[in-house]
Amino acid sequence: MRPLYRFNGGVHPPQHKEESSGHPIVPAPLPARLVVPVHQHIGNPAKPLVQPGDRVLKGQLIAQAEGYVSAAVHAPTSGTVSTVAMHLVPHPSGLPDLCITVEADGEDRWIERQPIDYRELDASTLRNRLRDAGVVGLGGAVFPTFIKLNPGAQQRVPTLILNGAECEPWITCDDRLMRERAAQIVAGIAVMRFMLGSQEVLVGIEDNKPEAIAAMAEACAQSAFPIEVVAVPTLYPAGGAKQLIKVLTGKEAPSSGRSTDVGVACFNVATAYTVHRAVDHGEPVVSRVVTVTGNVREPRNFEALIGTPVSDLVAAAGGAREGTDRLVMGGPMMGFDLPSPEVPLVKACNCVIAASPALFKPAPAPMPCIRCGRCARACPVELQPQELYWFARAKNFGKAQEYALFDCIECGCCSYVCPSHIPLVQYYRFAKSEIWAREKEKKAADLARERHEFRQLRLEREKRERAEKLAQKTAAKAAPAPGEADAKKAAILAAVERAKAKKAAAAPRNVDNLPPEALEEIAKIEARRAQVRDMARRPVAEEKEP
Amino acid sequence: MNPPYVTGSSSVSTIMLKVLLALLPAVAAYVLLFGPAILIGIALASATALACEAFMLRLRRYPIKPFLLDGSALVTAWLLALAMPPLAPWWLVVVGTAFAIVVAKQLYGGLGSNLFNPAMVGYAVMIISFPAQMTQWQAPHALASLHLSFLQELQYMFGGTLPDGAKLDAVTMATPLDTLRTQLKLGHSVETIRQMPIFGAFSGKGSETVAWCYLAGGLLLWQQRVITWHIPAAFLATLALAAGAFYLHDPAHFAPPWFHLMSGGAMLGAFFIATDPVTGATTPKGKLIFGAGIGLLTYIIRAFGNFPDGVAFAVLLMNICVPLIDAYTQPRVFGHPTKPGRGTQQ
Ligand code: SF4
Ligand code: SF4
Repeated sequence: MRPLYRFNGGVHPPQHKEESSGHPIVPAPLPARLVVPVHQHIGNPAKPLVQPGDRVLKGQLIAQAEGYVSAAVHAPTSGTVSTVAMHLVPHPSGLPDLCITVEADGEDRWIERQPIDYRELDASTLRNRLRDAGVVGLGGAVFPTFIKLNPGAQQRVPTLILNGAECEPWITCDDRLMRERAAQIVAGIAVMRFMLGSQEVLVGIEDNKPEAIAAMAEACAQSAFPIEVVAVPTLYPAGGAKQLIKVLTGKEAPSSGRSTDVGVACFNVATAYTVHRAVDHGEPVVSRVVTVTGNVREPRNFEALIGTPVSDLVAAAGGAREGTDRLVMGGPMMGFDLPSPEVPLVKACNCVIAASPALFKPAPAPMPCIRCGRCARACPVELQPQELYWFARAKNFGKAQEYALFDCIECGCCSYVCPSHIPLVQYYRFAKSEIWAREKEKKAADLARERHEFRQLRLEREKRERAEKLAQKTAAKAAPAPGEADAKKAAILAAVERAKAKKAAAAPRNVDNLPPEALEEIAKIEARRAQVRDMARRPVAEEKEP
Repeated sequence: MNPPYVTGSSSVSTIMLKVLLALLPAVAAYVLLFGPAILIGIALASATALACEAFMLRLRRYPIKPFLLDGSALVTAWLLALAMPPLAPWWLVVVGTAFAIVVAKQLYGGLGSNLFNPAMVGYAVMIISFPAQMTQWQAPHALASLHLSFLQELQYMFGGTLPDGAKLDAVTMATPLDTLRTQLKLGHSVETIRQMPIFGAFSGKGSETVAWCYLAGGLLLWQQRVITWHIPAAFLATLALAAGAFYLHDPAHFAPPWFHLMSGGAMLGAFFIATDPVTGATTPKGKLIFGAGIGLLTYIIRAFGNFPDGVAFAVLLMNICVPLIDAYTQPRVFGHPTKPGRGTQQ
C-alpha cells in the first residue's frame, strides 16, 4: 500500500452523486445552433478564422491559438457560420464575450481526421498539435494542456498524476467517463507519459467511486507500463491539483511556482481522454461529458457538443422541476450562477445544476466573526481566513497580500464551516479584484510619472543648452558656424541611438522555443513601449516652438 | 446567490448552547453540594445580561433578535455567576453582569469585537470594588453548621437578612485558596493547613467535585469540537509545572500542583473562559502561548499576589497580548517555505 498524506482541513459536504452516477453517458441531441466562445481557456482568446456565411465541417479550426498561452477552437458540428459577435457566456462576471455561431446542417460531417503516431513526432510538434486540437484542462481550470506537457529544462517530470478525484458534490462526469472509457483514458495517459518522460504514473480517485476505481484498475492492468490506481479518502477538496499531489506524494507544489518544480504533473482524467482522441483519432475537442443534475426530472451525464445551449441540456435531462430559480455551472462549492439559460456549454463546464431554494437553502444573515478559527482549521491552503476577512473588510489589501491572499483557491471550505455564515469567499474575490484594479492603476500612474520625468529631463537639458548657447554667443561674439546646430542634433541622436542599442542588448530576452505568434506578440509589446517613449518626448517638442 | 451554495450546520447559537450544556454538570454538583443559591445567581445574571444586551443593541441600532438568540450574552452571564460566590447579594451579580455586557462587550463593539473577556472584566471590577462580598463563599452542606432553606437563601440574597440568631459565619467560609494564603501568613506549613476540615483530597471539599465537573464538561466541548485542546492543555500544564517546581523546592510553603489545578477558577478558566474565541489567540501555536501565559500568571498571582485567585487577572492580561501573539505565530501557508506576516512574501 502506498502511504497517503493529508492536507489541512477539508470538509464533507453532502455528496448527491447518486442522482446522476447510475446512468451511462448518453449523447445530447444535436442543437440547431451552436454558440462557440473563442475564449474557453486560460490565456489569450483564440483568433477567429471564419466569417459569417462560411461553411464549416465538424472539427474544423474556426479560431486559432493566439500567443503562447492559448488554445484553438473548432466547429462542433458541420454547418454555416451565421455570426461572429458578442454573446453571453458562462462566466462569473456575467459579461458577454466574442463567440462564433454555427447553424448546424444536421449532417454532423467531420473534417478529414488524421491520427498521429506520437512516438514519431518531435516533442514540440506534438505539443503544437495538442494546442491546435484545443486540448485544455477539463477539470475546470482549462489551462492549455500542451504547456503543462512541456517537461522543461530537466527533460522529464518523474511523476505523472491523473486526477479522478471529482471531489465536488453532485458532479459525476469523470466518474462515468472512468467507468465507461477507462481504456481510452489509459491511452491518453500513455501519450502524456511519453511526453513527460515520467517513471511513475498515479491515478487518484476518491474512495466514494468504487466502480470507477475498479474500471480504471482493470484498464491500467492492461497497460504496457505500470500505472497505480490509488483510492484517496473522500474529502473536499481532494481534487484540487495541489491537494491531490500532496495526498499522493506528500509533496507541496510551491506557492510561487508550478507542480513540476517538485517533479509532478497533474491532469484531469477527462483531459487524458481528449489527448487520446486528439492523438489517436485526430479529433479536436468539440464535445465533453457534462453532468446535468439537481432539480431536473432525469439527472444524466451527456456527451454534448461545445456550444450547445445549456437550456437544451436541461431540456434533455427532462426539464427543470418546479421551484428551479436558476442554473449553476460547476459544483455547489465553487460553481457560479449562470447569467442566462441560453449560454453555451464550454470546455470548462463539467456540471450544470438546476438550483432551487429547497436544494440550496439561502444562508442565514451573517453574524460578526467570533474568531472561532473553524475556517482556519478547514482551509486546505492553511491560510487564516478570519484574518484575511478582517483585512479585506478593512480594505487593508497590503496586509491581505502579506497573509497570502493570492494563495486562496476559493474552495469555499471556510465559508462552509463558518458558524457566523460570513460569505468569506466573496470578500476574498472582492479583495483580489480590488488589488488587480489598483495594480492596473498603479501601472498607468507609473507610465504618467515616467512621462513626466522624461519631460523634466528634457526641459532641464534645453535650459542648459540655451544657457550654453548664450554664453558662447557673448563670449566668442563670433558668428556661429553654419550647421553647428545640426551637428549637435546629430550628436545627440547618435548618443540616443547608442543608449538604445545598449538597453536592447541588456534587456533579458528569453525568446527561445517560442512559437511565431509569441514572437509577434513580443514585437507588438516592444512597439507599444517605443510608442510610450515617443509620447514621453512629444510634449517638450510642442512647447519648444513659441 | 454566491458560492458555496451549501453550508455546514454550525451556527453561533449552537456553539453557545453547547457551552451552556457543558456547564450543566458543574451547576448540578453545585446545587447538590452547596444548595440551590447558585440557580438564583444564574437566573439573575441571565436576566440582567439579556436586558442589558437588548438595551444596548437598541441603542446601537442593531437587530435585537438575532443577537439575543446567539446565546453569547447567556454564556457570559453563566460564567460570571459561576465565578462569583453563590450566596452573593443580588446587586453584586446584577452590577457585575451589567458591567460585563454594557462596557466590556457592547461598548467595545459587541459580539466578536470585544478585546477583553466580558465575564472576567465583570468579575475583576467586582472584586476590586467589593472585595468583602466577593470573598464570602458559601460553605458546602457537609461543613456548614447551619443549613439555609431555599427561601432563606432568597431572603439573604435579596434582603440581606439571615434567620433569627444566625451569623454569617455559619453559612459562609473562606475558599481553600484564601485559607491557604492566610494560614501561610500565620506561619503554618502547607501540611498542617491541609489537615483543616475544609480540605478534601485535592483541594476544598465540595469545590473539588465541582472542578471535576468542569473538567468533564470541558472534555465534552473538546469532543464536540467547540474548543481545541491547545489552550486548556497549555494553561493547566503550565500551572501544574509552575506549582510543581515551587512545591518540590519548598513543600512547606507552597501547595502541590494538584491543589492548584483543582482550586479556584482553574478548571472553569481553562475550559470555559480562556477558550473564549473572541478574546483568545487563534493560531495553534498562539493558543499554546496564550494558555501557558494564563497558567503562569495565575500561579504567580496566587502564590505571590494579593488576590485570592489569579485566573481572572491572568486572562485579562493575556487578552491584551492576543494581537501580538497572533501576529507572530502565523502558521506556514501551504507551498510556502516561510511564514507569512514577516515580509518574506514573493
Ligand atoms: S469560521 Fe467564521 S466566525 Fe469563525 S473565525 Fe472564521 S470567519 Fe470568524
Ligand atoms: S476559500 Fe480560500 S481561505 Fe477559504 S478555505 Fe478555501 S483556500 Fe482557504
